[in-house]
Amino acid sequence: MAKIIVYYAHPGQTFSRANRAMARRASDIEGITFVDLYAEYPRHDIDVRKEQVRLLEHDVIVFQFPLYWYSTPSLLKEWQDLVLQHGFAYGHGGDKLAGKALLLAITAGGSDEAYTQEGYQQHTMRTFLTPLEQTAGLCQMRFLPPYVLFGALKADEATELKHHIDGYVELLTRIRDGKFELKDATADELTSASDILSLSKD
Amino acid sequence: MTDFLLLAFVFLVAGVIAVPIASRLGLGSVLGYLIAGIVISPLLATLGVDVISIQHFAEFGVVMMLFLVGLELEPKMLWNMRAKLLGLGGLQVGGTTVLVMGVAMMLGQPWTISLAIGLVLALSSTAIVLQTLNEKGLMRSNGGQSSFSVLLFQDIAVIPMLAFVPLLAMPELMDLATDTGHGAGAHGAEAHGGSHASDHGTGDHGASLSLVDGLPGWQAALITIGAIGAVILGGVYLTRPLFRFIAMAGLRELFVAAALMFVIGIALLMTLVGLSPALGTFLAGVVLANSEYRHELESDIDPFRGLLLGLFFITVGAAIDFELLLGNLASILGMTFGLIALKSLVLLALAWVFQLQGADKWLFGLGLAQAGEFGFVLLSFTVANDVIPQNLADQLLLIVALSMLLTPGLFILYEKVIAPRFVKTQERDADEIVEVGEVIIAGHGRFGGIVNRMLRATGYATTVVDYNASHLDMLRSFGFKVFFGDATRPDLIHAAGIEKAKLLIVAIDGKEQINALVHYVRENYPHVPVIARAVDRQHVYDLFAMGCVEIIRETFDSSVRTGRSALERLGMHPFDAELAARKFAEDDRHILKEMALVHDPKIPTSQNTAYIEKSKTLMKEREEQIFGKRDVFDLSTDRGWHPPSEEDLDAILADHEAKAP
Ligand SMILES: Cc1cc2nc3c(=O)[nH]c(=O)nc-3n(C[C@H](O)[C@H](O)[C@H](O)COP(=O)(O)O)c2cc1C
Repeated sequence: MAKIIVYYAHPGQTFSRANRAMARRASDIEGITFVDLYAEYPRHDIDVRKEQVRLLEHDVIVFQFPLYWYSTPSLLKEWQDLVLQHGFAYGHGGDKLAGKALLLAITAGGSDEAYTQEGYQQHTMRTFLTPLEQTAGLCQMRFLPPYVLFGALKADEATELKHHIDGYVELLTRIRDGKFELKDATADELTSASDILSLSKD
Repeated sequence: MTDFLLLAFVFLVAGVIAVPIASRLGLGSVLGYLIAGIVISPLLATLGVDVISIQHFAEFGVVMMLFLVGLELEPKMLWNMRAKLLGLGGLQVGGTTVLVMGVAMMLGQPWTISLAIGLVLALSSTAIVLQTLNEKGLMRSNGGQSSFSVLLFQDIAVIPMLAFVPLLAMPELMDLATDTGHGAGAHGAEAHGGSHASDHGTGDHGASLSLVDGLPGWQAALITIGAIGAVILGGVYLTRPLFRFIAMAGLRELFVAAALMFVIGIALLMTLVGLSPALGTFLAGVVLANSEYRHELESDIDPFRGLLLGLFFITVGAAIDFELLLGNLASILGMTFGLIALKSLVLLALAWVFQLQGADKWLFGLGLAQAGEFGFVLLSFTVANDVIPQNLADQLLLIVALSMLLTPGLFILYEKVIAPRFVKTQERDADEIVEVGEVIIAGHGRFGGIVNRMLRATGYATTVVDYNASHLDMLRSFGFKVFFGDATRPDLIHAAGIEKAKLLIVAIDGKEQINALVHYVRENYPHVPVIARAVDRQHVYDLFAMGCVEIIRETFDSSVRTGRSALERLGMHPFDAELAARKFAEDDRHILKEMALVHDPKIPTSQNTAYIEKSKTLMKEREEQIFGKRDVFDLSTDRGWHPPSEEDLDAILADHEAKAP
């Protein structure tokens, strides 16, 4: 059993195919806290106290976002800048997040071939995610294998997207029920919908 | 005077008691009034009241109703209805007339009388049917629209009928009539005129005025067309300046007076040229359907229409001659049911031809199966013109009244038994009819105007209600659709569609008015969210106490922005100024909320100890702010972007070393 909080950040909801559908399903899952960051802070005035209290109440923190310039959308970055204060998340006496886990749920426009050393992005996805990985590290949190959808712009709604969303719901439900091992990701490890959904067949 | 008061009191008591009971029992207001009429009829008889002449007076309610119907109907819609109007209406009147005539001839009546009976009974009751359709919200369904087309056609058809009926006069009756002074001045134009005072036996028709009497046909036609033109042009060009002129006085009752003047004037003009006043006011209504004064007119006229129609229904109930009825119970009941069945058959056949589906077919078939108030009119006219003998007319009168009395029963049959079987089709219809603005903006001055522009720009339909003619002028020049009127009037806000609105934005001026409107809407339409404009801090508390959650102080935001500009001008970094503004606003909102919780509108602030205590503590905190002690207002503690301290860096390093092998 784990308490999950999903921070969902997408400033262009109207045009979203992947994330909006994921968010809709995820927010329906019982027993998890779902935060639409851009809805809660449309004017970017993040309530730091409130966020820190929320973090304390949960075990697994999920960032769900579309990859924008190899990074998070700006509000989620602002959230990190403000909420992960020294003395709270790191630094002297800053161990409030120790032992919790961070899961990234990312959609990327580029394909999985593109995110290789030979591909046109020239680096793997995990290389781009290094800052987030080390953020978790500095806060003494585990960094779970990110749940990634590549080629999000071209994904077919009825098949690929649906598959990815089903996998997302399954993943969150499993974590909630304590049926997913919360261990640090290995070197280039990612999770995909197929990984999760094949688990459920066991 | 006492007579009048007594009479008015009797009618009012009957209505006030009977209608709520009938509504509670699900019978509809019409049946309530009819029953009230039956109940008080013995009393009226003892008082020696002339029920029929009251009825003729009350028929003016029908005229008003058609005016209101016209207001709801844009010219384009009317034009789109033309096929239904002529096809459905024409076939219904024609078919029913012929069949009723056939039955009458089989019962041994001569063809002239039979034809007259056919005409009388072909008409349905506009008053009952429209009232009921509106009450049950069926007006915009397919069945409702078709019914309306037929009723409108009938109302128009009455005019040629009145011209035609005298031609059927029977010589034998003629002789009789001259003895008693009948028929001398009976002229189509007057008999059907506004007051319908052409009651049998009075013979004083010559008293009414006419513009077309005795003129050659072409001149009469010219005057008639001129009158219609005057109504249309007057509606288009004169109402606006007229209403603006009246608005200058700023007196609400003047609008009611003007609206009544308008309707009565048109009715009078139509009567003078021998047209149906109902038709004339209907036309005027259509012309004004697009006008911004529509809602105002609607809410001014509606109470009069309601009262007069109620009176009319009561008189229908009261006019039932029970002696005659009991004497011929079987035959009259038989003929009444026969008539309803026959009219229903014609209507159902038409519904089939015109492809009305499901529940709509039955609504149309059952709803119009009665005879109507124009039947009364036509009947007294036929008697006056020696077409139908008095004793037969009395029986027919009874049939007409009984069929009207039974109509609510047919509607109940439709609603309880038939419609539930077609629930699906009905639901789909309901979706299409939502055409009221989603958002109502009350007040379109400096405040509401900006809100409206913003909502429009993002594609929302808004209904604007404002009492200032010059605002509306400006808006109209931008092509906005706006309505004139005082938004604090319950009837007007109702007409603007508050019941179905997604949101009400109260942007009018003045604390009292804002409070009145918010209070009314919170009480009566708690499901409609309200965003209210507050004049000052105290006003916020009032609104909060009324259950309003979204409260916007009218000058707060611009003041905060002014403060921010000042900080920038004084050299503060623009982003720091922005943060200071946000922090200030947040803090202020916090105080406001705290204070609103202890505020009690029933206790004067000076006696509310909780309020005073709270404000003292909050003041103490804020005093430090006022005297510039920055730490109360410390941006840095909450706001982050603070680099780690040396201590933090040490801690990080220590942590790293501890983990290293
Ligand atoms: C401003 C912006 C920057 C983006 N940067 C990247 C990027 O660096 N790498 C990438 O693979 N896709 C990039 N994309 C594509 C988005 O990741 C893609 O539109 C998104 O994942 C689709 O998800 P959605 O349907 O929920 O919006 C970018 C898109 C935008 C709008």
